[in-house]
Amino acid sequence: MAEPKTKYDRQLRIWGEQGQAALEKASICLLNCGPTGSETLKNLVLGGIGSITVIDGSKVEAGDLGNNFMLDESSIGQSKAKCVCAFLQELNDAVKAKFVEESPEALIETNPSLFSQFTLVIATQLVEASVVKLDRICRRGNVMLIFARSYGLTGLVRISLKEHNVVESKPDHFLDDLRLNNPWPELKQFAETIDLNVTDLVAHKHTPYVVILVKMAVEWAERHGGCLPSTREEKKEFKEFLKSKTIALDEDNYKEAIEASFKVSTPRGISSNLRQIIDDSAAEVDSTSSDFWVMVAALKVEFIANEGDGEAPLEGSIPDMTSLTELVTGFVISSAVNLSRTLLLSSYDSETIVLLYTYKTDHCQLSCRHYVNLQKIYQAKAEADFLVVEQRVRNILKRIGRDLDAISKTNIKSFCRNARKLTVCRYRLIEDEFNSPILPELLKLLTDEDYSVAVGFYILLRAVDRFATNYNRFPGLFNG
Amino acid sequence: MADAAALVSSRWRDLDKLLLRPGNLVGQNFEPGPELRDDLQEYAKVLVVGAGGLGCELLKDLALSGFRNLDVIDMDRIEVSNLNRQFLFRLQDVGKPKAEVAAKRVMERVTSVNIVPHFCRIEDKDLEFYNDFNIIALGLDSIEARSYINSVACSFLEYDSEDNPCEDTIKPMVDGGTEGFKGHARVILPGITPCFECTIWLFPPQVKFPLCTLAETPRTAAHCIEYAHLIKWDEVHSGKAFDPDDSEHMQWVYAEAVKRADLFGIPGVTYSLTQGVVKNIIPAIASTNAIISAACALETLKIATGCSKTLSNYLTYNGLEGLHTKVTEFVKDKDCLVCGPGVLLELDTSITLQEFITLLEEHPKLLLSKASVLHRKKNLYMQAPPILEEMTRSNLSLPLFDLIGQVSKDVVHVNGMTNKNGKKTSSLRKLRVIFKGIDGVSDMDTAGGA
Ligand SMILES: [Zn+2]
Repeated sequence: MAEPKTKYDRQLRIWGEQGQAALEKASICLLNCGPTGSETLKNLVLGGIGSITVIDGSKVEAGDLGNNFMLDESSIGQSKAKCVCAFLQELNDAVKAKFVEESPEALIETNPSLFSQFTLVIATQLVEASVVKLDRICRRGNVMLIFARSYGLTGLVRISLKEHNVVESKPDHFLDDLRLNNPWPELKQFAETIDLNVTDLVAHKHTPYVVILVKMAVEWAERHGGCLPSTREEKKEFKEFLKSKTIALDEDNYKEAIEASFKVSTPRGISSNLRQIIDDSAAEVDSTSSDFWVMVAALKVEFIANEGDGEAPLEGSIPDMTSLTELVTGFVISSAVNLSRTLLLSSYDSETIVLLYTYKTDHCQLSCRHYVNLQKIYQAKAEADFLVVEQRVRNILKRIGRDLDAISKTNIKSFCRNARKLTVCRYRLIEDEFNSPILPELLKLLTDEDYSVAVGFYILLRAVDRFATNYNRFPGLFNG
Repeated sequence: MADAAALVSSRWRDLDKLLLRPGNLVGQNFEPGPELRDDLQEYAKVLVVGAGGLGCELLKDLALSGFRNLDVIDMDRIEVSNLNRQFLFRLQDVGKPKAEVAAKRVMERVTSVNIVPHFCRIEDKDLEFYNDFNIIALGLDSIEARSYINSVACSFLEYDSEDNPCEDTIKPMVDGGTEGFKGHARVILPGITPCFECTIWLFPPQVKFPLCTLAETPRTAAHCIEYAHLIKWDEVHSGKAFDPDDSEHMQWVYAEAVKRADLFGIPGVTYSLTQGVVKNIIPAIASTNAIISAACALETLKIATGCSKTLSNYLTYNGLEGLHTKVTEFVKDKDCLVCGPGVLLELDTSITLQEFITLLEEHPKLLLSKASVLHRKKNLYMQAPPILEEMTRSNLSLPLFDLIGQVSKDVVHVNGMTNKNGKKTSSLRKLRVIFKGIDGVSDMDTAGGA
């Protein structure tokens, strides 16, 4: 067996050890192993899903060989579930692969409790009535359901579960958590230790932009009755104010400060998205509440209003910031890389270089220390926030009669780090969607350029399945 | 025998639904019928470039889509870290050429298909090799390789006297790419839709850390790793090249990076991150590759049969937060050096091949060094391999005009090196040469191509 870390390296770089552990704990049930279902499982098996159970009552026909790679000529006449399962097992021996040679439709009728053992059911190509029934079974058993339907060159995927809570939602673009609009005392104190009015060009260039913005915001507020720039005019003025503080043309840190100056003006407090989550009735927790909602309750009850100063826990990381410019590089490289040094020797004598080198190095290390110290201040604040939230989580656990250590430190930490990005998804019952579609929503989407085609196909696919239910065959000019 | 024939025809039960029936969303010249499937299987030849995450999927999907003549080219061997997505490979295949194993596995399961593997670099094949295919499907992970295949496919394109692309010289390409949860699929019809070079700006330049940051002011774990990799290694191992595939080398860089990070109080240096930074590893998962490849294979089928309208012309897929797809219709750069009618060079009939090659090096639009010159499938001069260089060397002193058969104007292909963002890359360029003072060009109608 290969070292799993090496085998899964390319995906571990996305979802980490924690994500992989969740994957390896999951057990998946597939209903109908046509091409859609088989390919779905293939991609899960390769990634190391815990276990799979393939349920399909049909035998392999020659026509199946034209669309399903998991089957070959030797499969003809045999159980499709068995053949697909055997191929999938070959892909990854770490996965537990099982099959049941029975019709999914029949099992939904006769053995509904079968499904409660799975983490997630993937139902493909099921008739309407079976989907509706299966959906109810899964809801009751707290099993996640993914319903997939493919039809020629079109298809649809529908997720159905009561609630899906994401802590590490890893959104694509999300504003960093620098808290420049609401700096806490330690950050302000740190900024005060750095003098921006140095005449030394190199030192001036080496001040991280976060420090510049914290200090300039304070200065601005002093001149504007304690207010930060908020109107368009003021923001423009603030940028000009920053520009006026530069002493050379190529000060990248000031350019960064100007670019990031809007971060001083962003509204304080939590986002409407987070507000909605903490105001959710699920945040009134009792002994049946999930860990997620217990942690939300900890945020809601007091943290945000007290220690948080109206904010969520601090994330604790800061983006990289440049603090060196082209002008200095020539000399510094010369000292670091011998090759460059010899090149420069043609125009400078070695003593000058050594002198310049020591001089610049001092400042470089100063700037590096600034950055690392700044990082430490953010980390310390994040750690302090975490400790407060943790205490609240323990208190709540005690109150609702659960074990004090029921939620691990790691999970609370991750929750705090991602507090601004929490996501709660809820899905309607498929039965409700079928029986009482939200017509105004559909009509709106039909006229929306970005969605009209997709919604058109959605309606067509629904019509096709209803037709199949009523007439026991699919519509079309020709057979099949 | 009867059984075998029945198996063959019923295997395509589902494909026939697309190929035998008329429809409303079909391509322009779609003619449904059983002959279409026969033609697809008999005549359509597709080259799959790359046998990695996308290539494995493409080969499977194309074989299942009814294609019977496939080739695959890849220079890599199978590694353990491929196994989380390159589903045609098993642990016991590690170390074997990807192209060969991939071809064999697909042929074992889809008996109707014939796949010819090529275990070599894409630059090792001549133009004729590429010209033999009807469609080229790209499953690559590097900009340079895409750029090269693009220039090859575009080199076949000819323009008529009105500067319109000649349809029978268009070599369609279908290109896929993925990174983690994101991917793209695009259809390139040279001369009609933008080629890879027309929209090269879609690929942002790679982040490189300034050496001074690495040397003096590291702030992140990546800075410490690159310091150990780019600076410290050379200082300590004078002359010995760093080999990213040698785990001892990697361990050394990791250990140095940790020391460096400790010195500056920087957290986060791990062995995994060290590998990622040094080898510039792109994260990859099975499902993104499967989705993108499926889109590419379907486009390939649509181009070959016309059974449905093709993607116009660039699909982006993002499965990161929910799932989003978007199709954008990019436009061609009419001045594109690669898919345009070709750079025009007005020459004296006396110019020798050697002088012509020197001219390419100095031409501001081309800046092409070490050029090999091709005219109508004939090698006029080849820089490599040595045996061809020797055979063609005598041409250098001959006039180009004589070498191409004393015609007033024609197209020549030159293959050499250009400098792209400080990186030397193989580039193929199409040139329109016109000789001064020869009949037919006195009116300065310079639009004519071949
Ligand atoms: Zn182009």
